[in-house]
Amino acid sequence: MATDSLAVRVLLFARARELAGADSIALALPSPATVADLRTVLASRHPAIAALLARSALAVNHAFADDSTPLSPSDEIALIPPVSGG
Amino acid sequence: MFRLTHSPIDSAALTESVLRPGCGGVVLFLGTVRDLTGDVRTEFLEYEAYAPMAEAKMAEIEADVRARWPVGDVAIVHRLGRLEIGDVAVAVAVSCPHRAQAFDACRHAIDRVKELVPIWKKENAPDGQADWVH
Repeated sequence: MATDSLAVRVLLFARARELAGADSIALALPSPATVADLRTVLASRHPAIAALLARSALAVNHAFADDSTPLSPSDEIALIPPVSGG
Repeated sequence: MFRLTHSPIDSAALTESVLRPGCGGVVLFLGTVRDLTGDVRTEFLEYEAYAPMAEAKMAEIEADVRARWPVGDVAIVHRLGRLEIGDVAVAVAVSCPHRAQAFDACRHAIDRVKELVPIWKKENAPDGQADWVH
């Protein structure tokens, strides 16, 4: 059975950006999808960032999201490695 | 007030900006670039931000500080780009009626900045080695 697909783009920063060699990654997720689904697909498609992803947060529309947060096509999604400002 | 900037931070002007007639306590915190972390020497740092989220988080921190203490004014500035040893990377200035409130509010603000704001530093060593602090 065909399922709908949700196209998202994940913004990358700092070491995640350097490991991926790009400042964003486009992904097709099964729809509906949550942050947990995004983590699974991102780790399997981009093993170079999997270890850092496991200890990073995800942000949706500039707010920290948890694994149950649902995703929409218009969301601005970002991978937030442990921060080190200051 | 909060701001991200690529320019040097004028801490004296920032402190002046929070002075209020009703505030007898003004605290300024500066985070500066250190030459040594543990036994690893730093030549320079590079700071990167996810700017729209960083600004959203700084706005939340300002609102939180104003809700918890009788703040006259609060100013939070973080610098981005390449910084040399001794440069000011972050500044927080707070005015309150009394000093204990100003110290507590400033401490809370800088602690939250370091915990919540999506900014990252890359340490560049004299031998050319460079790594992000995550």
